[in-house]
Amino acid sequence: MSDEELERLVPELNAIIGWVEQLGEVNTEGVEPLTAVIDQKLRLREDAVTDGDCRDAVLANAPNAQHGFFAVPKVIE
Amino acid sequence: MSELTSKTIAELRDGFRSGEFSAREVAEAYNAAVAGAKLLNAYTVETPEDALAAAEVADKARGQGELPSLAGIPLGIKDLFATKGVATTAGSNILKGFRPPYESTVTANLRKAGAGMLGKLNMDEFAMGSSNETSAYGPVISPWRRKGSNVGLTPGGSSGGSAAAVSAHIAPGATGTDTGGSIRQPAAFAGICGIKPTYGRCSRWGIVAFASSLDQAGPMARSVRDCAMLLEAMAGFDPKDSTSLDLPVPKWEANLSSDLKGKRVGIPREYRIDSVPAEINALWDQGIEWLKDAGATPVEISLPHTKYALPTYYIIAPAEASSNLARYDGVRYGLREEGVKTLDDMYAATRAAGFGEEVKRRVMIGTYVLSAGFYDAYFTKAQRVRALIKQDFAKAFESCDVILTPTAPSAAFGIGETTDPLAMYLNDVFAVPASLAGLPAMSVPGGLDGQGLPLGLHLIGNELDEQIVLNAGLAIEERAGFTARPEKWW
Repeated sequence: MSDEELERLVPELNAIIGWVEQLGEVNTEGVEPLTAVIDQKLRLREDAVTDGDCRDAVLANAPNAQHGFFAVPKVIE
Repeated sequence: MSELTSKTIAELRDGFRSGEFSAREVAEAYNAAVAGAKLLNAYTVETPEDALAAAEVADKARGQGELPSLAGIPLGIKDLFATKGVATTAGSNILKGFRPPYESTVTANLRKAGAGMLGKLNMDEFAMGSSNETSAYGPVISPWRRKGSNVGLTPGGSSGGSAAAVSAHIAPGATGTDTGGSIRQPAAFAGICGIKPTYGRCSRWGIVAFASSLDQAGPMARSVRDCAMLLEAMAGFDPKDSTSLDLPVPKWEANLSSDLKGKRVGIPREYRIDSVPAEINALWDQGIEWLKDAGATPVEISLPHTKYALPTYYIIAPAEASSNLARYDGVRYGLREEGVKTLDDMYAATRAAGFGEEVKRRVMIGTYVLSAGFYDAYFTKAQRVRALIKQDFAKAFESCDVILTPTAPSAAFGIGETTDPLAMYLNDVFAVPASLAGLPAMSVPGGLDGQGLPLGLHLIGNELDEQIVLNAGLAIEERAGFTARPEKWW
């Protein structure tokens, strides 16, 4: 982000963070955090290959793909 | 055949089946309407050939055995749904040029039911917004205007393109998604119906993720019956989504009934907010009368943690969004900023250029509330309050069968009128609690305000009870007699 963007963002973020802090008023002692909104069992599936063999489709949207790989700026000196 | 675009989906289905018109005529009428409505900026991509191809299949199949439920019906698809070979960008520059090699489960289900696609519908960037102003394509302009004014209004958001298209009759129905009101608030602003089902009814596979524990797809259409029809086609178990509900899809349309004898309608006292315009509270009272007339008994209920729902949402949704949006790195798809030396610089430059202001704001909030020092104070705390909000509803549904509230705290506002992010967030004050609790909820048009703009009524049902929501919606629809339409200026 540019310095200009940050200057605008800081008071906005402070206002939002200040506003969400009202949750501090709520007594949540002994309340379990909700992680799944509808009760259900996680399913298991057979441990078998169900996908793959579609390299070209996977690479089709890459901004830069070469020799069957994603290409990125050099990462090792 | 422009009158074809005035028909509901149920009327199109019946007329097509009885031979009154062909599917091709329907597709052509809609393609022409779409092409003639560019000023609304509702579509990001138009796919007339897709609508025609589906129509051809429907026309050939007619008279040869049973037709699928949506044969001959062309639909608008929110740009959040991956559509094979058709640009899917979630209203963001960072997904510029992305053409998914796969189809989302929901749109695949609609295609299996015979529907064609008119095009992709504009939306707030990554579904983050309540006015469609955060879209990289520019805002959708609502077909509605205030009496005697030509000020451009928002269609609401984030499914604003869907709402505008359905109300302007450039789609008979559309898909939407709802994370914290993104189907219901725009439906209210545009004078149409929209339902968000129980979390897990519609597969999230192939829908660009915003906040995964809240995102749900649902239909937007001109009648309650049309919503029931579309939802039946969209919903269903999908092994590719780990939170998909492994349950049969109920026959919502066949079981529609506006007879509410013996049903109790909960009226939550915490939703009476002084700052809400008197017209909206008056419509709420009228809604209670309509449901009484349908045989229901109103009961006062309490949802004590209502005022904490929005702040809870604005911790959980940005937290999940910041994790989900980490995948946009310029490597595998979408935008990449070139001309920088290192990989890290490339990530940073790509995100700086690709994400808009509201998305950046939420990613910053999300990473902050998930950061090591603050995780418990913000994120875990919000998850605990979310549990209390869910308990509020569970308790309320011991004494009632469906809950009635207004959909939004105002009618549609002007483009550019709301610039403070916090003020914008308050639009979803009535919609967000049901999202946090994963409950089915619907907006149906109730009437017009003094300026001639639509206002919606909001129904919330218990887990898996979409039927009572639809039935109460139908009872309101029959009594409200809402036939107002925006005057064509586009």
